[in-house]
Amino acid sequence: MDATVTTGTEESVWGGGNKPLGASYGKMMMWFFIVSDALTFSGFLVSYGFSRFKFIDVWPIADEVFTHVPFFHGNYPMYYVAFMTFILIMSSVTMVLAVDAGHKMKQSKVVIYMFLTIIGGAIFVGSQAWEWATFIKGDYGAVETKGGRILQFVDAETGERAALADFAKTLPEERVKHVSSEGIWFQGEGYKTSYSLNEVVEGFKATPNILIRTEYVNEEGEKTVLDRKGSLEKIMEATQVVEGANLVHNEYGHRLFADFFFFITGFHGFHVFSGVVINIIIFFNVILGTYERRGHYEMVEKVGLYWHFVDLVWVFVFTFFYLV
Amino acid sequence: MAHDHKLEIFRGLVKFKSNTQKIWGVLVFLTIITAIEVAFGIIKPRALTHSHFLGMKLLNWIFIVLTLVKAYYIAWDFMHLRDEKSSLRRAIVWTPIFLICYLIFILLFEADYVYNVYKDGFITWDF
Repeated sequence: MDATVTTGTEESVWGGGNKPLGASYGKMMMWFFIVSDALTFSGFLVSYGFSRFKFIDVWPIADEVFTHVPFFHGNYPMYYVAFMTFILIMSSVTMVLAVDAGHKMKQSKVVIYMFLTIIGGAIFVGSQAWEWATFIKGDYGAVETKGGRILQFVDAETGERAALADFAKTLPEERVKHVSSEGIWFQGEGYKTSYSLNEVVEGFKATPNILIRTEYVNEEGEKTVLDRKGSLEKIMEATQVVEGANLVHNEYGHRLFADFFFFITGFHGFHVFSGVVINIIIFFNVILGTYERRGHYEMVEKVGLYWHFVDLVWVFVFTFFYLV
Repeated sequence: MAHDHKLEIFRGLVKFKSNTQKIWGVLVFLTIITAIEVAFGIIKPRALTHSHFLGMKLLNWIFIVLTLVKAYYIAWDFMHLRDEKSSLRRAIVWTPIFLICYLIFILLFEADYVYNVYKDGFITWDF
């Protein structure tokens, strides 16, 4: 007795020996991986959104943070990230061209396009490393209050940001970096700032045209700048000097901003890096003629899917980290 | 299957002669959108930063919509979802979209609630 009701379609479409979705096993699995990876990235980006909405009135303004372009001095918000985005889209294009050449079984063309894709990926990873280095090194410097708020400095006349070096006094004091061997507990400090808190505070008192900029965003969408009297009161709350950013302190503003920056762009950068490695492996396989012998270039298509996915994720990271 | 490509974009408004040509066409389109985003991000027109929709600046909505447009063309033309069977396409696209929308909804609502607790509740976090 046959208990299952079989309809004609099941026999012909889902009955086996067929590809109901028109995709090979490998390609399907690549798509399933991409879907699950997309959900991982969405988890990260949405938790970034969570923290941002939680501290919506003090969140750093991205184009005041990422203002540098290699080999150029000055304030160029966004240009470099836009360049990076373009590089990644461009390498996506060479990847599709490689897949297209693969369909036509043109081995030499696949080699050229795969090579260009790898170069594009390498430029992107390099740019990201540079972005990280700039972010970690810091820009103007700031002080942190007991509550973990960041106080930055601006020039009262020009309204431009003021660096610590512009006004901090050099006092005849010895500032020794704390190392773990001299502590009560084995705890050292990560880095030594170029000015001590005392030097910054004294310098601030002695320079009347420097004002404090708090983390709070005002109606105009800009950070609130205190007047001189308020600034002098506020500076007394400072507990330490912060230069650059790490996972605990962040001179650009809220520390969660730095944490998410490192985490999300780091995770994405790791994807790009592994994508480049996989691309290189496939590149050599193409040169060796593996796919020529196999009769099809589906491997190039699969790795291409991964590569485009990395590009797709960057489009979202770009928007939510740098634009919005 | 993989060898025949659908060569129309914008719902048939633009039709390319070959797949290679379509790829370059999509690149031009994506570059233009990125350029618009960057230009908006640098200029920040006052009209867009001071009007709000659903509690968010209009400018940010524009960025998000343009991002989704870009994502669509990357997935449809670069990842050639356009050429796949609609059953595969739907399984891949709608599952994450549903889950992500749900995640965004619960987390952002919760975050806004926490923000209000910090703001109006008896909690000092800036001391």
